[in-house]
Amino acid sequence: MSEQMLLSVQDLSIAYRKGGATLPVVRDFSLRLAPGETYGLVGESGCGKSTVAYALLGYLSENGVLTGGTIRLNGVDVTTLDDAGLRGLRGGDVAMVYQEPVSALNPVLTVGRQLVEARQAHRTCSAAEARMAAIAMMQAVRLPDPNTLFDRYPHELSGGQAQRIVIAMALLAEPKLLVLDEPTTGLDATVEAEVVDLIADLGRRFGMGILYISHNLALVGRICERVGVMYAGRLVEEAPAGQLFSSPRHPYTAGLLGCRPSADDRSARRRLATIPGQVPLPGQVPPGCAFAPRCQYFAAGRCDRLPDLPLEPIGGNASVRCLRHAEIVPEPIIPQPAAERPAPGMPVIEVNNLVKNYASRRMLGFGRRAPEFNANDDISLSVRGGEILSIVGESGSGKSTLAKIAIGLEEATSGKIVAFEHEVGSVRAGRRPRPLLRKMQMVFQNPDSTLNPAHTVGAIIARAVRRLGDRQSSEAIRHRVDILLAAVALPAEFRHKYPHELSGGQRQRVGIARAFAGNPEIVVADEPVSALDVSIQASIVNLLLDMQACSGTTFLFISHDVALVRHISDRVAVLYRGQVMEAGTVEEVFSPPFHPYTARLLAATGHVSVPEPANAELEATAQPPVGGCRYFDRCGLRVEGLCDRMAPPRSQRSESHFLACHHEFSFLAGQPGANSNKVQGD
Amino acid sequence: MTLSSSTYRETLSWATAGSRLLLRVAAISRNPTAFAGLSVLVFWATVAVLAPLISPYDPTAIDFSAAADPMPSWSHWLGNDSSGRDLLSRIIWGARTTYTVVPLAVGSAFILGIALGVPAGYFGGWADTFISRVSDVILAFPVLILYIILITALGPSLINIIVAVTLSYAPGVSRLARGITLSLREQDYIAAAQLRGESSLYIMLVEILPNARGPLLVDLCLRAGYTVIMVGTLGFLGLGLPPPTPDWGGMVVESAHFLSTYWHMSLFPCVAISSVVIACNLLADSLRRDPGR
Repeated sequence: MSEQMLLSVQDLSIAYRKGGATLPVVRDFSLRLAPGETYGLVGESGCGKSTVAYALLGYLSENGVLTGGTIRLNGVDVTTLDDAGLRGLRGGDVAMVYQEPVSALNPVLTVGRQLVEARQAHRTCSAAEARMAAIAMMQAVRLPDPNTLFDRYPHELSGGQAQRIVIAMALLAEPKLLVLDEPTTGLDATVEAEVVDLIADLGRRFGMGILYISHNLALVGRICERVGVMYAGRLVEEAPAGQLFSSPRHPYTAGLLGCRPSADDRSARRRLATIPGQVPLPGQVPPGCAFAPRCQYFAAGRCDRLPDLPLEPIGGNASVRCLRHAEIVPEPIIPQPAAERPAPGMPVIEVNNLVKNYASRRMLGFGRRAPEFNANDDISLSVRGGEILSIVGESGSGKSTLAKIAIGLEEATSGKIVAFEHEVGSVRAGRRPRPLLRKMQMVFQNPDSTLNPAHTVGAIIARAVRRLGDRQSSEAIRHRVDILLAAVALPAEFRHKYPHELSGGQRQRVGIARAFAGNPEIVVADEPVSALDVSIQASIVNLLLDMQACSGTTFLFISHDVALVRHISDRVAVLYRGQVMEAGTVEEVFSPPFHPYTARLLAATGHVSVPEPANAELEATAQPPVGGCRYFDRCGLRVEGLCDRMAPPRSQRSESHFLACHHEFSFLAGQPGANSNKVQGD
Repeated sequence: MTLSSSTYRETLSWATAGSRLLLRVAAISRNPTAFAGLSVLVFWATVAVLAPLISPYDPTAIDFSAAADPMPSWSHWLGNDSSGRDLLSRIIWGARTTYTVVPLAVGSAFILGIALGVPAGYFGGWADTFISRVSDVILAFPVLILYIILITALGPSLINIIVAVTLSYAPGVSRLARGITLSLREQDYIAAAQLRGESSLYIMLVEILPNARGPLLVDLCLRAGYTVIMVGTLGFLGLGLPPPTPDWGGMVVESAHFLSTYWHMSLFPCVAISSVVIACNLLADSLRRDPGR
């Protein structure tokens, strides 16, 4: 039986040595993968997924030790191989694709040279043969114009193209097993969808086994046949993908599934399901069931008692590591519905014909002069008091630039932004009057850089209260800091902690407390959750919604996550290449989608109910057509001679809804992306 | 009132930063490399402070009878120099000279370098271009030539040596400070401070400088070591402190002619110089390796 298995991992245990102690990070991990099978491994960060992946390649970090178990790949025990054997194995039988495509490629060599090298390292062939194989593989990973790209350097590629090159490089050695460690995490949603589909397709074509590691369950479900869920170094559930999604048996799986907004309740504005607490650190895993402290089905005296819980087969080729799996039907923790949304008030920010150009510079007059980059090109929008307005688009769409100009971190090239009766489009924060600064605050994207590492949490929030609040006595400020910490659900003792002692989610909470220090009227949140694990994302989104509901603060939410935007917003503006493609209420924009770009964004969220629009694989060219529609080169519905010549008109469908497209509403509504949804929606 | 309380707060935040630094020093003292470096520096500091008490002779007193037989003996442990002055006493008082010149020179170089580099990095624009180009010009000079030009122009004295070291080190420090500031100013917490309407001075002093501490401290230790060598070299070139000031570099040059006969006259000051330089480098090395926060 095991002879037929491509990969068979038996009771693998890995530990890290740290200051004399040995901390187990992977415990009794078993996995069997048949040739051509696609297996997904999911779990939050710190659960040991990547450690398993590296172990398969015989690669452990300096302080890592294999404390037990075997890894048999094609019948060869990886754990007993010497250096020469491992060299043959890596890239030969197993290939790996990492998270950061740009750092996986050597910046001083052309892409083609690196591909040829990968081929020649594992197959004896001439340079010409290797080149042909490389070009053929570039076609297989659907890169446009391989002959031109062959001579490009990595920095000349987009993130999606670079990741395709890395995948092509891995495939050139014709591996039997492809390990992918979060291969799409840094990519845009639409690109992510394309890369994931590509991987699934390649797996089928080349008959490889694929091990796909991700923290995003929905994504794994899109391509994998079997899924294993890891928690605190162990598998807690393993099942065929369909079964796992329809009836998860472990409470952790159910929790992970509930963290993402679902496609079906499209206007039900409620909080997201969360998993309270966090993954235990290695060495601090509680006895009994490791998930017990975070589990709503925890039974005292039972779940914390058993020293070693087995992974029990439960039929249907599935198994689960839960003592109570027979007694419970785990469901995500359903949060109470958020309060009824108030009707939006008067416009508080008016954006009129905003333009932001980044001029290019030539060094000493040499080199190609890049054209001016239009981050924002004639944007007009209004933000109404008390609403949640989301600005959604891919990277490079200019959504962050718009937010930065509004808040005062950038200046507009031309056009106006009027906020609270002040013209602020070309006024940076330093020159804005204090009362206006108090009214507008920001929550930042990166939890690693949002807090100054040199100051304590208490000092950071206190400084914001002192500058932005109206209380000035030390006692009042102290009191306000306590209130703010409580509001973001952090214990009061955290005031003495430094940022490096906090987890990413906790830092983001402190950043939110700081933004709310002076009771602002508008909070701009620039991708506030995109750098966090899905389970943490849900709790931060809930927190933002709660803070918003309590204070009635207007929210300008910048995100590339369409599913999330659809879940929480009142109104949405879809940006593409610096222009507003469509704007309106969530229902008007998404149910059904009209604009071809909106339809494409929605399709990329991976919901089965939304089929791919035509020609979804069209790649953006470096230069948008001059004078025409910005979306022309990727649009499946483009009309040559019209869309590339004339800017699309701004057609108003209702008072709140408009879109920029040459096509009629009735025509757009009949398109595949729009159609199926409409049937369900009406 | 507000000002005084906020000044108090900032003083407090600097005080806590200082105490954290001490804790960090305590932590790295468990590291043997750092401990070795630190103890040599502390040893020489103690010697410098206690010089009047522990030195057996007056460092400038000339003893012709001792000059006749300058080799180490029971009455003169490290022997005498060519003028019959007690070497041990001169080395002890020489520590005082080193511990005066080096901290003052390196300290003022860092103050000037940080005062130029942080604003250059934070504001950018023409101020940055101007400061950076002037730094480049100074850095393009070989340091030793620069010293010789400055000292011959200004004349050898304690103050002028400090001025020379400051002028030649400040551009390097300012470049380092500018580089750190350039990367720190893109951090979101700087944007958050701007959105609170903080002054540029506050942002540079409270938000940026504490985070630049680590690399600057490493650089400080390295430069302190170089300065000890430089002061020695200047003494060797006859551009050091005017005699009869006890100065380690000067002692080496005075006795260099007798190296084949009276090796001890050069050896002991050289050992003193090397010990301080190595100690500074060890400390810098361990600070660099210390992951810190």
